[in-house]
Amino acid sequence: MRVIPGHALLEGNPHSILEGLIIGGYAIGSCEGYIYVRQEYPLAVENITLAIEQAEKYGFLGKDILGSGFDFKVIVHRGAGAFVCGESTALMTALEGRVGEPRPKYIHSNIRGLWNRPSVLNNVETWANVPLIINKGADWFTQFGTEGSKGTKIFSLVGKITNTGLVEVPMGITLKDIIYEIGGGIPGGKRFKAVQTGGPSGGCIPEELLDLEVDFDELTKAGSMMGSGGMIVMDEDTCMVDVARYFINFLTDESCGKCLPCREGLRQMDKILTNITEGKGKEGDIELLEELSETAIEASLCALGKSAPNPFLSTLRYFRDEYEAHIKEKRCPALFCKELISYYIDPAKCEACMICIKKCPVEAIDGGKKKIHIIDQEKCTNCGTCFEVCPSRFSAVIKISGEPVPSPIPEEERMIIKKSKEK
Amino acid sequence: MSEIRLQIDGKDVTTREGMTILEAAQGAGISIPTLCYHEKLEPYGGCRICIVEVEVRGWTKLVVSCVYLVEENLVVRTRSEKIDRIRKTLLELLLAHAPDSSQLQDLATEYGADKDRFEKEASFCIHCGLCVRYCAEVKKKNAVGFVDRGIRKEISFIPEIASKECNDCKECFPLCPTSYLQAAFVLIDALAFPSPSSESAS
Repeated sequence: MRVIPGHALLEGNPHSILEGLIIGGYAIGSCEGYIYVRQEYPLAVENITLAIEQAEKYGFLGKDILGSGFDFKVIVHRGAGAFVCGESTALMTALEGRVGEPRPKYIHSNIRGLWNRPSVLNNVETWANVPLIINKGADWFTQFGTEGSKGTKIFSLVGKITNTGLVEVPMGITLKDIIYEIGGGIPGGKRFKAVQTGGPSGGCIPEELLDLEVDFDELTKAGSMMGSGGMIVMDEDTCMVDVARYFINFLTDESCGKCLPCREGLRQMDKILTNITEGKGKEGDIELLEELSETAIEASLCALGKSAPNPFLSTLRYFRDEYEAHIKEKRCPALFCKELISYYIDPAKCEACMICIKKCPVEAIDGGKKKIHIIDQEKCTNCGTCFEVCPSRFSAVIKISGEPVPSPIPEEERMIIKKSKEK
Repeated sequence: MSEIRLQIDGKDVTTREGMTILEAAQGAGISIPTLCYHEKLEPYGGCRICIVEVEVRGWTKLVVSCVYLVEENLVVRTRSEKIDRIRKTLLELLLAHAPDSSQLQDLATEYGADKDRFEKEASFCIHCGLCVRYCAEVKKKNAVGFVDRGIRKEISFIPEIASKECNDCKECFPLCPTSYLQAAFVLIDALAFPSPSSESAS
């Protein structure tokens, strides 16, 4: 489902990247370029490799390019699938054939980078811009965008949105235009809740900021980031505490484990957030999460740890009431967290059609033909099947959170025939 | 190497170019706590406990003193409310794994860290990497290494190398801030190289 803009370029327009890289190599006097691409994207590997072969054949790569005396070769490095290798120094360590862990030193890679030589490291999207700027001029490029962020940006628009896919937009376009004009809005008549930008360590931006003009500075100010260019749209059924838990859990798994605030801090944040979504949240959990966030931001070795608290901090900033409902009332306002909701059949709406009884995997629903169905809360595992299968014209199954499930109606009132006769 | 003048905790310190803040502080008798630092080893920057505040060209930022190189006119503070709070949290995170380490306990007293703040998960190893790096950098044997990643990362002796090298060396044992390293060796020793007596017994 997730499409990373960079891989789309490697697959769809690899020559634009190569050309940028060759120009960059010429500019800094380098004779080698590397493209780090994840092994999990075989088409990207295949197409960039093919493009290199073609460029070599035409003499755009290799010895004495176009008789200029300039030699340049490009090597494709297939990554073994570590998120942390998106961090620049970890990426270079991986290129050198060692474990992909960031370097501890405060030395810029343009002073000492790959193999301890001065290196320029950019996203493939940046390299692909180079030939366009050279050909059409800087004025052409800077006519798009905002004061601080020039040009265009490719976003991967996914989630609860009508049109999914990659979109290239000028910097400074509003979130509203991306989501409603290009994305076609939220399907199913649902209400927009938030958009998560920047990849796993980005943040969630709420409805009141839909007029935000998307660029590097504005996204950072809103507690998120440009990051990978990911945009995940979320509707009203999304629990923001669970979103934070999901991304922190991902980042915990992807932490390289070298530095303490990231490895251990995320381990604890993941545990606390999981507890909150399971109804085991305690007074003081929010403050503890904030302290662990500060430690990770201030003390982590690399950008992974420094940005990892974003999913928590941004959801806390805009959806604090959801955290408090989970912790204090054991209630999930989005009716999403499995441990905090109960399924209940509204006796006034149930038409005793038997569908949910047949589909319930744990035989937790009692009832029969023309006998109003009742969920045995003791047996129910909150799988949600009854909610899914109850015909929409009845919509008798409802989710309840933070309050007790009404007691079942008396046995004598359960026959539907009797009810209609009385009317 | 030219001389560099800087200020640490209000004290004027003179050191050489290329030194780290930690080395400059140690030279001037100013103590900064460390867990993963060892004078014979390349700086690792893993434990982050030696974090300090620096003021450079009017900017204040937190940096890790074992890897940050000294600069002319740098102003360094080794203690502040924020530094102490971060060190306290870092110690509490480690004490969940190695509550009995005396080195951690001493620092916990200094920074008011609560060893019961986080749920105990006794894995003992605090991932300082001293054993791994000492064996690689000083002994050049690579008999012990890290396996796996992130929260699943752990140290492991490599049987083929350990069987030849470790019995007569064991120089890494006293470096370990917890008791885990020795235990890990004893375990692999028992599992991978059963003694002749235990072999004949089985």
